[in-house]
Amino acid sequence: MLVLIISLLGCDDKDSETITFGDAITINFNHYWDGEKVSSADFNVETYTNANNDILTISKLRYLVSNITLHKSDGSSTKLIDYYLVDLSTLGNTSFSISDIIDADSYSSISFTFGFNEADNIDGNYLDLNSASWNWPAMLGGGYHFMQFEGKYGATGTENPFAYHNGTARVSTGVFEQNFFDVSLGGFSTTENTTVEIKMNVDQWFENPYTWDLDTYNTTLMPNYDAQKLMQQNGASVFSLGTIN
Amino acid sequence: MKNWLKIAVIAILFVSCDDVGIEGYTPYSPTLQPLNIPQIFVANILPPVIPINNPQTVEGVSLGRKLFYDTILSGDNTQSCAACHSPENAFTDSDRFSVGIDGLLGNRNSMPLFNLAWNYNEKFFWDGRSFAIEGQALEPVKNPIEMHNTWNNAVISLQNHNEYPDLFFEAFGTRTIDSTLVTKAIAQFERTLISANSRFDKHLLGQITLTASELNGFNVFMDESKGDCFHCHGNANNPLWTDNDFHNNGLDATFLDIGLGQFTGNPADNGKFKSPSLRNLEFTAPYMHDGRFTTIDDVINHYSEGLVNSPTIDPLMKSVNSGGVQLSDSDKADLKAFLLSLSDSEFITNPDFQNPN
Repeated sequence: MLVLIISLLGCDDKDSETITFGDAITINFNHYWDGEKVSSADFNVETYTNANNDILTISKLRYLVSNITLHKSDGSSTKLIDYYLVDLSTLGNTSFSISDIIDADSYSSISFTFGFNEADNIDGNYLDLNSASWNWPAMLGGGYHFMQFEGKYGATGTENPFAYHNGTARVSTGVFEQNFFDVSLGGFSTTENTTVEIKMNVDQWFENPYTWDLDTYNTTLMPNYDAQKLMQQNGASVFSLGTIN
Repeated sequence: MKNWLKIAVIAILFVSCDDVGIEGYTPYSPTLQPLNIPQIFVANILPPVIPINNPQTVEGVSLGRKLFYDTILSGDNTQSCAACHSPENAFTDSDRFSVGIDGLLGNRNSMPLFNLAWNYNEKFFWDGRSFAIEGQALEPVKNPIEMHNTWNNAVISLQNHNEYPDLFFEAFGTRTIDSTLVTKAIAQFERTLISANSRFDKHLLGQITLTASELNGFNVFMDESKGDCFHCHGNANNPLWTDNDFHNNGLDATFLDIGLGQFTGNPADNGKFKSPSLRNLEFTAPYMHDGRFTTIDDVINHYSEGLVNSPTIDPLMKSVNSGGVQLSDSDKADLKAFLLSLSDSEFITNPDFQNPN
């Protein structure tokens, strides 16, 4: 009953007051392998062949993007969100919507950081990310994972696991090197309600420039400096702008 | 009069009419009792999950505690929740499989109960089949191998009891008892079962210094090239010591019990069970969903040398093809020392959690 009353109260007076929510933008992260959509329904079932001709399945894909920002040609910019943890296995965790902070306009680019930059990658600083066990061990520089991409590769029955985990690179004990990268994608125009598709081309993690050999780099990659830097390099071609609706 | 105002007036009359005219009643005025959230949780993780329709109250928690320890909920009045969830065992059962009222055994080890309000996905049981603590609490009462009652009978017993109707009124404003209110009360009590006062917690708060062995054990836990425990079992910034998620941790090549897969129907989930918290391991033996390991050493040896491959094994069991992560004896000993630093002995003796009956 109380709910009903509150609902009715909330509805009343709608003619006498206008609440403006502004223009809405939805950022939708979609995932592809050689152009074919990848979703959690494909996990453990669908097989993919990477550039090194390894056959693999995916069981987990989650990653952090931060400082998602729209830019105009006049040099001004609007940050949509501080950070967002994309998780294909959790319903609703591949897109977010923001209202009332942008106007329908023409934007020259959308940019974000894959992972956290050094200033933002503060160990233990984000309660939601801590709660998601997203932390990166202090012995590897602390802060947070940038990505957890897991699965198995090899012939059926003799598969080996891979855990393509990305974050700060450890050069040597106590010496660390940042490992994020910035992504800038092309421009578009928004209306009062726009959905922007950001595509992760998952296959690109395994090629361009480095053809990833899972027999060389499969697990225990977090403390592996070379693997971490190769991930950073390959990440440069992973994202592209998809459809704008 | 506007429509909403009419409805509001009617509603207020309706609410205020409840129990008016019956003499000898104390007005329904429950006292809110918000959870006392430990500093270590406030500083690191998201707030607990409290259903909006079941706020914590002094009366609700007290009633839930009484119910938790009362055999009245069982079919033959011999078992309470605490029969399989004993405080000295961090609210689990020291037996591998718990014995129901008919002498029947289950096939899973009873789960410990603490910090349940921080299980953000609210999936309970080893296979995650129940949503919310209230939903979980519905199950054991009617399970034929556990308390083997019907909710109808349980409610009749409570309704005919000389104290419970008044206690339900104090907690929920009605003397008409039903399973929903019973589980709400039990859930309120269970949400108060908070454990955050271990040696490791005190270390994180800067109150004590851990031993060299405990500190090295924590490093083994956090080192992906050693124990690599942290991906599923939390870390210093997630002091729940569980991800509350479901994994196949390499126990068997084939499954007698398919766990999460039975609930989801997805074969890819077969053999997956919830990661339990490592807190209070000292009190919660035996270990694993089927209680197959009797000691912490057995558990460490499993991950070190005993992993068995199967189609759904978690990729995080990365060394399965060599049997495990191959820890040295000294690293095993240190890892165990660290795990024991997660013991919270004040939790298991907390007078607020003991049998009030």
